[in-house]
Amino acid sequence: MRALALSVTGNRGVAIAIAIAQWVARFVAVVLVIATFNFVLVHAAPGDPAQVMAGQSGSADEQMLAQLRAEYGLDKPYPVQLAIYLKRIVTLDLGYSYRQQRSVLSLIAERLPATLLLTCSAFLLSLAAGVSLGTLAGVRAGKWSDTALTIVSLLLYAMPVFWLGLMLVLLFSVKLDWLPAFGYVSIGVPMTPLQRIGDIAAHMVLPVVSLGAVLMAIYARLMRSAIIDVAHQDFIKTARAKGLKRGQIIMRHMLRNAVLPVVTVAGMQAGTLVGGSVVIETVFAWPGLGRLTFDSVLQRDYPLMLGIFLVMSVIVILLNFVTDTIYRIVDPRVSLRAAA
Amino acid sequence: MERLKTFLRHPTGMIGLIILAAVVILAICAPALFPDDPWEMVAAPFQPPGSEDLPLGSDMLGRNVAAGIAYGARVSLTIGVASTLAALCIGVTIGAIAGYFGGKVDDLMMRITELFQTIPGFILAILLVATIGPTLTNVIISIGAVSWPPLARLTRAEFMRLRGREFVQAAVCQGQAPLMVALRHILPNAISPIIVTGSLTIATAILIESALSFMGLGDPNLMSWGLMIGASRTVIRQAWWMSVFPGVAILLTVLAINLVGEGLNDTLNPRIARKVRNA
Repeated sequence: MRALALSVTGNRGVAIAIAIAQWVARFVAVVLVIATFNFVLVHAAPGDPAQVMAGQSGSADEQMLAQLRAEYGLDKPYPVQLAIYLKRIVTLDLGYSYRQQRSVLSLIAERLPATLLLTCSAFLLSLAAGVSLGTLAGVRAGKWSDTALTIVSLLLYAMPVFWLGLMLVLLFSVKLDWLPAFGYVSIGVPMTPLQRIGDIAAHMVLPVVSLGAVLMAIYARLMRSAIIDVAHQDFIKTARAKGLKRGQIIMRHMLRNAVLPVVTVAGMQAGTLVGGSVVIETVFAWPGLGRLTFDSVLQRDYPLMLGIFLVMSVIVILLNFVTDTIYRIVDPRVSLRAAA
Repeated sequence: MERLKTFLRHPTGMIGLIILAAVVILAICAPALFPDDPWEMVAAPFQPPGSEDLPLGSDMLGRNVAAGIAYGARVSLTIGVASTLAALCIGVTIGAIAGYFGGKVDDLMMRITELFQTIPGFILAILLVATIGPTLTNVIISIGAVSWPPLARLTRAEFMRLRGREFVQAAVCQGQAPLMVALRHILPNAISPIIVTGSLTIATAILIESALSFMGLGDPNLMSWGLMIGASRTVIRQAWWMSVFPGVAILLTVLAINLVGEGLNDTLNPRIARKVRNA
């Protein structure tokens, strides 16, 4: 037994290195494929690619178009064009938004923190709430609180995210006047730094809750069935026979085992979360990437749209990495499996 | 027949079926119930629900909200079903090829599927619609293009499961072409889980459609629920009914489809259903 344990620790460093290498490879592959996809999209859009990049404004003058064609090598064969495009992406040159008269990277960098704040809060909140509600429902399977959870999650599954957001605004801002409905921070009010944090937090409540609600429902349902599954296994019976308290059994033995499928699904849902942030930011006038997407789509600002798509995909991969790491922490056997 | 009876005894499945039937009837009868064009101004703007001839009120341009909901049902159901069919075409083909041939082909197909699952589907749909233009067909194609990965994974798993069975092996030994084996022998045996997942895909597709038209990316010539909510969200303080009722319509339709899907799951895959219940 001890020999086995030793060999396990010896392998762990290698296993982690392999896992990181695999992850980096995946990251690079996804970025390259999405960049290629963006390239295809620009060429699939009606009109001359240079016009498309210039924002189809019609006001683009010949000189600017000629400059764009030269920069992106648009008169060269497709493979060369693609190579030029990929090289620009790799060097973090996402192009220039002619509509906003700024580089795409600077526009995105300015909006990124707000989006990260929103999506990460919603991600953590939905995970924490989903796991605790699901555990509660699981240990009380069949009781009224369990049924209530089932009904609420059925309703949440069927609700468009943006509509849930609007309904929360209607209730908590319009009717009750408890929380601000729009924006990121109150404008024109002098505030101390602490008050400012409180103000931003108040502005965050509704968007974070509406964005996280559906995910919470998904995690809660999964957690519930996982808890019910685990409760019938032998080691739980053993723990009970040892005379452990109910709370201890749930916290130490059931939670850790039941939470694994939830973490897996949480990683798979990262795309839903980031996609949902687009509509939620539109509803709540949240100054993040989602709103920028909305504006760029309205103006058909291609360089910006494509840049955002790339960055949003990168956020999804990063969230996947976070869930992978959580999984590894919760279940140390995983790194072994990867090495084997 | 036996299965139909089982489904009719499924309580939540039946509730879903009844709501869904009501929505379908509403969609079919829309022109009879509301002979006026839903875009037509029929009353004073901002009439609250319960006003004369306006059970659900009028919007900021004096259009009948109830008429909008009836005509919106047509759009939502059409797009939901059509884009699911598109997703089925892509997903079942890819899954079937992967599961049938296995090996390197399978690897490649699954890499592509994983990639599509990684990228944020809704943003991809936005990009596609914005690029190829917001017409009904293009919206259907775009939603289909982002909805197929779960169907592909499921089909692959089913094909892998059935590929080694005797009756499939026998067909292969008789020299039947792979396409024949897949269509005649494997697919019919894999069809019930595909139907169940497909029905749930309709629900997701309706939600994506509503979000697209909420963002102003639906077909501008078609009255849809998402469009109604998107157009009236700025006046929500004065006129709640313009956003609430179309949302309730989406909620009920999607809920109904989900319930029917669950009912189908319990009737078509009784073994799986029982296993879940016992666990």
